[in-house]
Amino acid sequence: MNQLVFTIILIAAIAVLLRSFWQIRANFALTRDVAFDGQVMKRLRLTAKVALGQTKILRKPFIGLMHALVFWGFIVITIGSLEMVIDGVSGWHRSLSIVGPLYTVIAASGDIFAYVVLAGIILFLARRLLMHIRRFEGAELTNANKTDAAIALGFIMLLMLSLIGLNMTDLYLHGSELPGAYPVSASLLPYFDLSTVNAEVMYSFYWWTHILLIFIFANYLPYSKHFHVFMSLPNVFFSNLNPLTYLPSMPEVQKEVALMLSGNAYDAAPPEQPRRFGVKDVEDITWKNYMDALTCTQCGRCTEVCPANITGKLLSPRKLFVDIRARMDEKSKNGSGHFLLGDYISKEELWACTTCNACAQECPLNISHPNLIMDMRRYLVLEEGDAPDELNAMFANIENNGAPWKYSAEDRLKWTEA
Amino acid sequence: MTKIDVPIMAELSTQGHQPEYLFWVGCAGAFDKRYQKVTRAFAQILNAANIDYAVLGTEETCTGDPAKRAGNEMLYQMQAMQVIETLNGYGVKKVICTCPHCFNIIKNEYPELGGDYEVIHYSAFIQQLVDSGQIKVNQEGLKNKRITYHDPCYLGRGNGIYEAPRKVINHFNIDYREMKRAKSFSLCCGAGGAQMFKEAEKGQKEVYEERTADVLETGANIVATACPFCMTMLTDGIKFANKDEDVINMDIAELIAQNLVD
Repeated sequence: MNQLVFTIILIAAIAVLLRSFWQIRANFALTRDVAFDGQVMKRLRLTAKVALGQTKILRKPFIGLMHALVFWGFIVITIGSLEMVIDGVSGWHRSLSIVGPLYTVIAASGDIFAYVVLAGIILFLARRLLMHIRRFEGAELTNANKTDAAIALGFIMLLMLSLIGLNMTDLYLHGSELPGAYPVSASLLPYFDLSTVNAEVMYSFYWWTHILLIFIFANYLPYSKHFHVFMSLPNVFFSNLNPLTYLPSMPEVQKEVALMLSGNAYDAAPPEQPRRFGVKDVEDITWKNYMDALTCTQCGRCTEVCPANITGKLLSPRKLFVDIRARMDEKSKNGSGHFLLGDYISKEELWACTTCNACAQECPLNISHPNLIMDMRRYLVLEEGDAPDELNAMFANIENNGAPWKYSAEDRLKWTEA
Repeated sequence: MTKIDVPIMAELSTQGHQPEYLFWVGCAGAFDKRYQKVTRAFAQILNAANIDYAVLGTEETCTGDPAKRAGNEMLYQMQAMQVIETLNGYGVKKVICTCPHCFNIIKNEYPELGGDYEVIHYSAFIQQLVDSGQIKVNQEGLKNKRITYHDPCYLGRGNGIYEAPRKVINHFNIDYREMKRAKSFSLCCGAGGAQMFKEAEKGQKEVYEERTADVLETGANIVATACPFCMTMLTDGIKFANKDEDVINMDIAELIAQNLVD
C-alpha cells in the first residue's frame, strides 16, 4: 500500500517537474542560437574546477567555504535521497547497503553533512534576514525575491532537520543492526529519550516529511532563483573559455563591411535581413544569456564589485539577469508591447558600464555580464542611432581622422619631437 | 627634449627591411600630452636594447576598440579591416602594444577578422629585457620611494597579466605596497568601455575618486600604471584629492627609461 502511494506521488512529482522543464525549454527556443565550440574536455575540466571545486566562490574564503560545504553535502545527501526513492518504490529499507563497505562511507558522510549543511543554512538565513549585508540589498531585490531566498533556505533547513530525525529514529529502532554508520546522530542519540514516544511512527513521519519536501522543493525550484541547483553545472560547462575581455565580433556586420570594402555593395544580392542588430528583447539574447539568467541566484557578488554601482550609479550587474528572467516569464505569458531594453533595463544602466569585468570575474558560476551590456549598446547604436552625444562625437572623430580625438593622422609622430 | 629616432615601417619597407616587431603606439600614445612621454620612454627602451622594430607613424589608425565597446560594431570593423590590411601588407608577425585596450583587441578580437599576430604587452617585453640583461637599470634609482601599482582591467582581469608589471617595478630596490584591491580583485579606474570619452552617469562620486582613495591609503609616493586611460584617471584623481604634491603617477616604462644605465 505504502509502495503504491509512494509510486503515485513520485510519478506525479516528476510529471509536474517535466511540465516546468517543458516551459523552460520553450523559453530557450525563443532565444538566439550560437554554435557550440565542441571543446568538451576543456569544459569538463573547467566544470570540475569552478563548479565542483567551488574555486570562484572561495574568493570569499569564509562564506565561500560554508557554501562549498553545503554544496558538497548536497551531492552526498542526494545519494541518500536516491536510496529513499528506491526504498519507497520497492518497500526495502536502506537498499543501497547492497554496495557493501562503501555504504558505510556514504551513510556516514551523509549523516555528518546533514549537520554541516544545517549549520551553514542557519548562518545563511541569519545573513539574509538579520544582518544588513550590502550585496543582499538593491532595487532588484524586491520583497518577493527576498521571500524566495528565505523560502529556499527554509526548505533546505527542514530537509536537514527531517533527515537528522530520520537517522536518529532509525538508529534507535535498529541499533547496531542498522547498515552504515551515522557518527554524529549516534553520538547525539543518548541525549534524546525516545522511549516515551512511538519511534516507528516518528521514523515514518520523518521519512515521509523528508521525501515529500524533496518533491515539493524540486518543483518549487523552477520558479525560484534557487534554480541554480539545476543550472550551475551546465552553466559553468558552457561558459566563456576566452579571456574575460574578449567580445565576439558580429558576423552579420562582417558581411556588410566586406561588401562595402569590396565596393560591390550595390551589385551583390541584398543580404538576408538579420533578426535585429544587438539585443532589444529576450528573443535577441543567446540561449547562453538565458541560461545565465536561470543560473543567477542573486548572490550579488557582481554588483558588490561593480565600480559603477559602488560609486552610486544605477547599474547593477545582477539586475540584468533578474530582468531577463522576469521579462522571459512575461513574454512566455504573451506580454507584448514590452521590451527588455526600455521597460526593464534602462539606457542609463547600460552606459554606466566600464567593461572592467569585475562582475564576470567574481561570479561563482561564470555568468558574463559585460558582453550582454555591449549587445544592448549595439542595439541602441546600430538600430536606433542612440548613443550619448560625446560618444557620437568620438565616432565622428574615428571616422574622419582615425582617432577618438580631434587630431590629424599627420601628427601621429609628434610624440617623437616633444 | 630632443627628437628621438624612431624607425618608420614604410621607410624600412622601401629599404627592403622587415623589422621583427611592430610597436603599436595607439591614439593615446600619439596624441595624449601626458602619455606621449610614456611612448617616448618605451621607444628609448627599445632603442637602448637595440630592438629591431618600427612604428606605423601616419599610417596608424584607431583599432576601433572605443567604437566597438560603445556599440558601434560597423565602425569598429571598418577600422579593424583597415588596420589588418596595413599590418598584413607589411607582413607583420609580432606586435608590441603599450595600451592594454589596443593589446586586447588586436590579440583577442582581430584573429576572427583575419589579423593573426603574436601580440605582446610592453610590460612583458620590458620584463624580459630587464631579466635577460639586455637593458641595464640603476636599481637604486627609486631609493626611499614607496610605490604601488594599479592593475588595468584589460591587462589584468582581461588577459591575466598581473606579474610582469610587478616584476618590472620590483626590479628596483623600493618599498612596494599592494592596494587593498589588487590583481583580479582590482578596482577599475573608471575609463574602460568608452567611458574615457564621455561624462560618467550620475552617481555619488567618480570611479577615479574611489580608486585614488585606494592609492592614497598605501601612502605611496608613486602610483605606477600601465595604461593610458588609467593614467589620465588616476592623475585626475590625485589632483582632485589635492595630493599632487605627495603622489605622482608614472608609467612602468618611465620608471625604467629614467633609470637606464648605458
